Amino acid sequence: MTTLTTLDFGPATGLVCRECETPAELGARHVCTECFGPLEVKYDFGVVTREQIEAGPRSIWRYAALLPVPQNASDRPLDLAPGFTKLQESHNLANRLGMTKLWIKDDRDNPTHSFKDRVVAVAMTAGKTLGFKTISCASTGNLANAVAAAAARAGIKSVVLIPDNLEQGKVVTSAVYGTTLVGIHGNYDDVNRLCSEIADDRGYGFVNVNLRPFYAEGSKTLGYEIAEQLGWRLPDQVVVPIASGSLLTKIDKAFKELIALGLVEEKPYRIFGAQATGCNPVAEAFEKGWDVVRPQKPNTIAKSLAIGNPADGPYAIDVANRTNASIGHVSDEQIVDGIRLLAETEGIFAETAGGVTVANLKQFIERGQLDPTLETVVLNTGDGLKTIEAISDNVGFTVTIPPSLEAFRAAVPE
Amino acid sequence: MSVIVRVPTILRSYTSGEAEVAGDGATLNDVLHDLETRHAGLLARVLDDNGKIRRFVNVYVNEEDVRFEQGLETPTPAGTAVSILAAVAGG
Repeated sequence: MTTLTTLDFGPATGLVCRECETPAELGARHVCTECFGPLEVKYDFGVVTREQIEAGPRSIWRYAALLPVPQNASDRPLDLAPGFTKLQESHNLANRLGMTKLWIKDDRDNPTHSFKDRVVAVAMTAGKTLGFKTISCASTGNLANAVAAAAARAGIKSVVLIPDNLEQGKVVTSAVYGTTLVGIHGNYDDVNRLCSEIADDRGYGFVNVNLRPFYAEGSKTLGYEIAEQLGWRLPDQVVVPIASGSLLTKIDKAFKELIALGLVEEKPYRIFGAQATGCNPVAEAFEKGWDVVRPQKPNTIAKSLAIGNPADGPYAIDVANRTNASIGHVSDEQIVDGIRLLAETEGIFAETAGGVTVANLKQFIERGQLDPTLETVVLNTGDGLKTIEAISDNVGFTVTIPPSLEAFRAAVPE
Repeated sequence: MSVIVRVPTILRSYTSGEAEVAGDGATLNDVLHDLETRHAGLLARVLDDNGKIRRFVNVYVNEEDVRFEQGLETPTPAGTAVSILAAVAGG
């Protein structure tokens, strides 16, 4: 591995174990050698101003000064410029749920239609800095799309591993980019475990294994954007889907950094987590007050959230507890209802993870856990067009008729 | 030596760089303690001060996560394959 002194990671100064605080050098490593805890990027940001950010490109790179990447775009691989997605004020859904102010942060707008383009862009950059020739990942589908597309754009090889029972829409939308797509007979946790072994065996840059500290930092950009798009303010409440738990913890990290840098005013905020009942290890541990997460064998239509052994679960629980929020779970039926509710009220067709988040939002309100009078942001992290199977039995033709006006008049009342 | 144990990169400083080492014992706990006699220091990386598997370590016996089996008491008959992996990955 190349030595630290020759490498450019922008404002990042090192890695540190989140568990035991042992420091480590910046590099392709993700696990503490002392306790196996996750390594996290440390920074020295210096001064960062709103003006400097606002003058940047309309992509995650406007926050380059807050990411572990070279500050000059020419030192980064060619990329798909993800990020700066819509924050849509959602009056109709708010009315339906009896809420005062609701926004949907809609990450369908990303190049491969999910928030994973953000994390991949940062991981790919670290991969280039560290000299990897092949980029790889374990994925539930969205990440596979993002890695395959980003590798195509950067002109490097990719090897993508996914469970072989994923939705067709996620298989095709990875394969089309010309990646080496490996279907594994097993669930995501099996794929993930295999990737940890391959990372030891081959010289691949695995975005969510040996490049994971960099990759995870990409999720912070969702938090930065929410604050900037609200006019440099933090919302009162955020609802975030939980797979590994990383996204939720990084939204919190982003908000804390913005406060520390004086880019937003400090205020209390609450970060809620959303899971599916068929894979709810984090919600279960939260409910039972455990500090470890008991792994599960997932069985849910929300395959993008089907991580039975979530690496950042304990930290997501810490954030929900610290911010006086909750972590909930909803049935597959509620997920389908959530997808339809969001589509019918806001014109947003979310993938199953979005259904999980909206259904949990509704449930948090019904249970009095989330305050409907406070400003709330809900994350939609993916696109329903990739997971049509999830609702194709629930929606379809209202009616089919012969091509005659008479038939139409009879079938469709005024 | 009837059990093969796969060791992740970050523990190979205890195994002279070997990716696989052999051990003996009726249960996972016995195998790990047997390894410690030849690879001193390894045990403390896998188990915490209370003798439990660390929260960021996953151990598999014949491809099954031992948290779904009997934990450290999971039987390891001759021919068993044990794999130790860092839990932190993915997502």
